[in-house]
Amino acid sequence: MSPILRKLSHDVPAMVGLAIVVAVVFIAVFGPWLAPFPQDAAASHLARRLKPPTELYPFGTDNLGRDIFSRVILGARGVLQVALTVVFVAMAIGVPLGLVAGYRGGWLSEVIMRVTDAVLAIPQLVLALALAQLLTPSLESAMLALSLTYWPFFTRIVYAETRRLTSSLFVDALRGIGANGGRILFLHILPNVISPVIVRATIGLGFTILVAAVLGFLGMGATPPAPDWGLTIAESRTYLPGAWWYATFPGLAILLTVMGFNLLGDGLRDLVDPRLRRSR
Amino acid sequence: MIPILSVRDLKVSIKGDEGIAAILDNVGLTIETGRILGVVGESGCGKSTLIRAIMGILPRAARIEAGAITFEGENLLVFSETELNQRIRGSRIGFIPQDPLLALNPVFKVGTQLLEIMRDHAPDNGLRGAARKRSHVARLVGLLRRMQVPDPDAALERYPHQFSGGQRQRLLIAAALACSPSLVIADEPTTALDVTTQNQILLLLRELVAEFNLSMLFVTHDFGVVAELCDDLCVIYAGQSVEAGPVDAVLGSPAHPYTRALLACHPERASSFRGIPGSVPSPLAAPPGCRFAPRCADVLAECVKQAPPAGHAPSGAVVRCVHYA
Amino acid sequence: MIRFILRRCALALPSLFGLLVVTFLLTHVVPNDPSAALAGDAATPEQLQRLREQAGLDRPVWEQFADYTAKVLRLDFGESAFSRRPVTLDLAQRLPATLTLTVAALAFSILVGVPLGVFAALHHNEWPDYLLRLVSVLGAAVAAFWFAIMLQILFSMQLEWLPLRGELADTIARPPGVTGFLLLDSLLALRLDAFRNALAHLVLPAFTLSLGGLSSIVRFTRAGVLDTLQNDFVLYERAMGYRRSRLVWRYVLRNSVTATITQIGLLFGGLIAGGVVVESIFDWPGIGSYTVQAILTGDRQVMLAVTLLVGVIYAVVNILTDVAHGMVDPRLLDKA
Repeated sequence: MSPILRKLSHDVPAMVGLAIVVAVVFIAVFGPWLAPFPQDAAASHLARRLKPPTELYPFGTDNLGRDIFSRVILGARGVLQVALTVVFVAMAIGVPLGLVAGYRGGWLSEVIMRVTDAVLAIPQLVLALALAQLLTPSLESAMLALSLTYWPFFTRIVYAETRRLTSSLFVDALRGIGANGGRILFLHILPNVISPVIVRATIGLGFTILVAAVLGFLGMGATPPAPDWGLTIAESRTYLPGAWWYATFPGLAILLTVMGFNLLGDGLRDLVDPRLRRSR
Repeated sequence: MIPILSVRDLKVSIKGDEGIAAILDNVGLTIETGRILGVVGESGCGKSTLIRAIMGILPRAARIEAGAITFEGENLLVFSETELNQRIRGSRIGFIPQDPLLALNPVFKVGTQLLEIMRDHAPDNGLRGAARKRSHVARLVGLLRRMQVPDPDAALERYPHQFSGGQRQRLLIAAALACSPSLVIADEPTTALDVTTQNQILLLLRELVAEFNLSMLFVTHDFGVVAELCDDLCVIYAGQSVEAGPVDAVLGSPAHPYTRALLACHPERASSFRGIPGSVPSPLAAPPGCRFAPRCADVLAECVKQAPPAGHAPSGAVVRCVHYA
Repeated sequence: MIRFILRRCALALPSLFGLLVVTFLLTHVVPNDPSAALAGDAATPEQLQRLREQAGLDRPVWEQFADYTAKVLRLDFGESAFSRRPVTLDLAQRLPATLTLTVAALAFSILVGVPLGVFAALHHNEWPDYLLRLVSVLGAAVAAFWFAIMLQILFSMQLEWLPLRGELADTIARPPGVTGFLLLDSLLALRLDAFRNALAHLVLPAFTLSLGGLSSIVRFTRAGVLDTLQNDFVLYERAMGYRRSRLVWRYVLRNSVTATITQIGLLFGGLIAGGVVVESIFDWPGIGSYTVQAILTGDRQVMLAVTLLVGVIYAVVNILTDVAHGMVDPRLLDKA
């Protein structure tokens, strides 16, 4: 085992986070085989609607008689898909922009960083809501809106890191021996930028799950009958406080998943940047 | 005469990740009233731990295993944290820290910080409230003037980063004297300064001891400073005191092999420039007997068995070495 | 000091200009022609053309941009499609409620978070520290809208201790609006019943909204205090007999809060975004619930105005945090 991984394995919170993340990924992949009532993603059984938790339905049933336990399991896939897509697209936009802005300098860098600042000047949720509405509400627009508002976070980190490396001696030395720009950028700078980007991406996954849940809750993301956690909580509001289980369990699923990514991300950050250690 | 401070057989250990380290082992020293005692040792020999033990500010992991610290007839080790704060620190024992650049709080005005010390510890002369504070300010301004800090009134309103290193050390000396202590502990107060400033500060300290009826414990690694400033001397090696006595006696005819070796290293006195072979033992794995034995040129078989008792050298110094037992 | 503030304001200008450009591009260029939305699906090409001319969309982009900037500077955002009133008026009317909620949440998270963070640091690696770290990890991961619903179920529906929604019970007459701030107006009208009722309505939304900020303030204060405790000056202050309570709560804390102050600036974004959700769950008559309404009904003028408003508030808060930072740490002012 490499020393880095061994260090990570001694970080109890990070390992808890990793365990949660692995479990969520497992559930997302094998959800349809794990759920006791996989057909409840869409089917409805009005005869057993709004039943409190029992042995058969451990999380109770919803307004259409669907097993909430099954729907929480089935929802994991959609939640992860959204988060992964959003973070991936945001990286695909943000990382190259940061590299170019950091390496090239000059007016191009100015323009890129001003736009980045301007986007960062508005809370992501507000901007994403506005964008999602402009693009006509659907799950795809929600994902696009989230990506289009998350890339500046990557640009900022990559820019700062590239800046630091570009002004360092070793890049000067490479230029001195006549290495060309593209080569320096891809062979020498990119590998150094990867670890902070991975850290940001891990924390970003948790964050995106939260924001996507808000969009779902406000009706700007997943559409019924999708077993989306945020959407389920929104649907449950009509049946409160009688059906307390209806909102409780999807919310706990969000809490646990986001916590898993956050803990893992914090642990990775401690490894990559010991200056930011949250605990000595 | 009763000594103002005496430390007897002090043992301090620190619990760390790799076990318990005996940082101080049988350290003893005595400061007579009105005199300056220099404590000399290499870095890492336990000088700072000694100071922190006297003032009761050891790190949390540290423990005093044995010994006694007597100040003006009172055993400091039985004092509670609150008692130490109210009756000893800042008031009867003043402290001059090593690095004046780091010892002042960067986000408070100098005046605020110095007055904070006086707030709890300075004699109030029957004054209260604003009048008491005014008398404190007046005393501080007087002290700063004595320390040759330019424009003392304005100095109180400035922040630490607006002073030079030497000026900051003068501020800290004023702070140490602010509450009329009887003892001042100085932890390498000139190490962080340049040579010219260093000499000025030493001169100032020498004058102040006479002027303010002080006694002083002066920690350093520099024999030159000791020769210039101190009356008495105590040499520490790896957490053990090895030789103590009047400065002239110890520097004139050093008795302990370590003192001799160390003086030979000192560039100004060195007859031949040579280091001491070997390295300081880790306090985690200290040898049971004399800790200098592994590096000593005159080592005997019994040196490694048990710590040597205190004996007297012909010079009059107290030496812990089998050769003088 | 004044030079420092002016410099900070000047630094904010490019960002604000960028904000203006981004919103202009969003509303005037991409993704679809706003005139089509105005005219409806059944519009003929001729009607569309006339509308485009009316709206000035056929003119060069830079002219449109100048027009747009002039309008924004005059705070003219047109009419809300939903309320049929000027957007600026609607926003002004709803601002006090949002400010009350935000300030209450911020005050709560600072007043509780800073002492908890200090407490955790002083008990570093003991059980209070572990407990607080666990709580702050949970606080950072919880979805505010879900937590709000849980609070509503428990405190409003089951225990019936606190009101479920709104800012004042229907049975209580609203005091005359002098300042627009309900709590202040109640006091001015000497209406203690209204004041108490309004306060009870504030508790759940403010607590929900404070949660995210609370956990990051605890984290940052804890880290800041732990960091400060490593400094030589703390040892010096102890050696000189500073009283322990004053050492911790004054001399150490002021060094530690610099990180927290920066954090508060960042938190503000979270508070505004969180406000959108929390307000709509608790039917709080502020800008947040107005925004959600506008988004759900596709009210673009409102969305534009809110986005700009939020951007400006954000810039102002960042300037304020820098100024606060400078006041706490005099070394910054000398550098500037």
